[in-house]
Amino acid sequence: MDFTLFLFYAFAAVLLGASVGVIASRNSVHSALFLVLAFFNAAAIWMLLRAEFLAIALILVYVGAVMVLFLFVVMMLDINVERIRQGFWSYLPLGLIVAAILFIEMALVVGGKWAGLDAMPMPAEPAAGYSNTKALAWLMFTDFAYPFELASFVLLVAMIAAVALTLRARAGNKAIDPAAQIAVKASDRLRIVSLPAEKSN
Amino acid sequence: MDFVMPDFRLAAPELFVAAMSLVILMVTSFAKSRARSAAFWLCEFTLLAAVFLTLFSGTVDRAQTFSGMYISDLLGGFLKAVVCLSVAVVLQYGRAYMADRKIDSPEYYILVLFAALGMMVLISASHFVSIYLGLELMSLALYALVAIDRDNPRSTEAGMKYFVLGALASGLLLYGMSMLYGATGSLQIHEISQRIYERSANDMVVVFGLVFVLVGIAFKLGVVPFHMWVPDVYHGAPTAVTLLVSSAPKIAAFAMAFRILVLGLFDLAEQWQMMLMLLAVGSIVLGNLAAVAQTNIKRMLAYSGISHMGFMLLGLMSGVVKGEGGTYAVNAYSSAMFYAVAYVMMTLAAFGMVILLSRAGFEAENVDDFKGLNQRSPWFAGMMLIVMFSMAGIPFFVGFFAKLSVLQAVVAAGNVSGQALYYWLAGLAVLMSAVGAYYYLRVVKVMYFDDAVDTSPLTATLGTRTLLSANALSIAAVGLLPNWLMQICAFTLLH
Repeated sequence: MDFTLFLFYAFAAVLLGASVGVIASRNSVHSALFLVLAFFNAAAIWMLLRAEFLAIALILVYVGAVMVLFLFVVMMLDINVERIRQGFWSYLPLGLIVAAILFIEMALVVGGKWAGLDAMPMPAEPAAGYSNTKALAWLMFTDFAYPFELASFVLLVAMIAAVALTLRARAGNKAIDPAAQIAVKASDRLRIVSLPAEKSN
Repeated sequence: MDFVMPDFRLAAPELFVAAMSLVILMVTSFAKSRARSAAFWLCEFTLLAAVFLTLFSGTVDRAQTFSGMYISDLLGGFLKAVVCLSVAVVLQYGRAYMADRKIDSPEYYILVLFAALGMMVLISASHFVSIYLGLELMSLALYALVAIDRDNPRSTEAGMKYFVLGALASGLLLYGMSMLYGATGSLQIHEISQRIYERSANDMVVVFGLVFVLVGIAFKLGVVPFHMWVPDVYHGAPTAVTLLVSSAPKIAAFAMAFRILVLGLFDLAEQWQMMLMLLAVGSIVLGNLAAVAQTNIKRMLAYSGISHMGFMLLGLMSGVVKGEGGTYAVNAYSSAMFYAVAYVMMTLAAFGMVILLSRAGFEAENVDDFKGLNQRSPWFAGMMLIVMFSMAGIPFFVGFFAKLSVLQAVVAAGNVSGQALYYWLAGLAVLMSAVGAYYYLRVVKVMYFDDAVDTSPLTATLGTRTLLSANALSIAAVGLLPNWLMQICAFTLLH
């Protein structure tokens, strides 16, 4: 057993443990943190597979951005854990059956002749100085430039749609128009009244 | 690594619409009080210019660009022109309606334009990645548009249903695509067809993938049993958005079905033909029977749309007999394409009439709202008469010739194969069309023979009135001279 294999089993074990932790922990903040750990280990396994760009992207995007947002949401929600856990034991047999079916199906597919280990041999050892990131970037900005740009349009539509559906000017909003504020004159705000001086006797 | 610089001229219409949508986004952000009308006119200009570009910049010969992800051919050019034109009509019909309900934000126009861009990409896509992205661009914009009347619970409910079911369908489509990729090792439609042909055996994995891809297509067309979203979305969405959802996306979905099934998976025709047959029969039967019971005209038109899409699939499936295409295949595909184009013409006019009867503070959505239309406006009662007769398939309107050419294709397939099944199919389709005539004629009956409950005059602008009249009259005109449109359909398919 060489060192890489040892690392793989170590990361895989932590990954599985963390995944169980996500669904087993009672505190939903802990679940989210377990998920971060799971992502981290998945990234490490990708790194072992020489997919360093994907590994870094997973950490930057999921751990760095998505999970932080997730944590915010989880902290803001007031979840009653006990109510969610009701009926756990009654649902367990059904869940186990579904899990078993999924497992058998996956075994059939992975063990079948289309996706078995024979059908997917180990890729050849890349030459020294080969950059995974560069290869991906090359494809993304040449052959896949069209779908890459289209994907950016899809994201733009998502953004516009989110703004269009949620942004609203609230009634009683006290925001001020800066232009109107600058254009104001002294006479709009201040009324000078001349009062006759009072005589003191 | 060899990389050829793509030929951008081939994709000129898409690039133009994409660039203009960004320009409009910027312009409307800075044009404060005039943002709405600026967005409207710029969108209309963009769409009409795109019609012009697709018709006059396209190549006659089939050409690919962007590393085989984009295909430029006459079929795509013609369908894109129809899509852009119908979206331009949708914007004109819906403008006053949206303004009356104060939901005509500039985002509405921009999202409509993005949906049109998605449809154009989808029609010209020849690669699973570009098909999927075009589909998502179109669908995402449509989900948001359905929910755009956000203070109306029905509209948000419809948007939510459409979004959840649409996301599920996209997932199934993607799963099917990944199966096909796994089995053939390619995402490019022509390469997939080549690989399947070379292997010549029916692999389980390919058929497995086909089923999922077909479910995705059926969902987008809205055919039974993947039709559940159609009535609710048509009913809940603002009528101007219903108009959009019911028209141009059907053309895009037809193009997607044609490219994936006929061009990509032709060697599996025996499998998908049976599936399409079941979908078509289910849609024609259920669509027509359920429409009879509707009192809401938007729901009625939704079920009628389901049955029309079933009819279109009937044309699409009869191009292949025992896994082989023949000379009659072009007739079958062109009958399906003619049906899709004719349906878009009719649905635009039908929902256009529903919008015409609505006004600020009043939503015309029941069949009863058409009562006594003849007393209020004999001209538009006549226009609605044309539309309803055409949808029912009464000669000599375009709907009749669409149905006739599909039935001819089915019977021709029956003659070639010698299977009685095809004759039964044609007979069933005719029978169900007769059932369908009931609810179309009911609208005509209430218009002419019932007294008007609501006698307020129609408020539509002159532009909308003219366009709607032209739309309805074109249904009659193409019905009188259907040959040129049929020839265009056949000609674009042959190339």
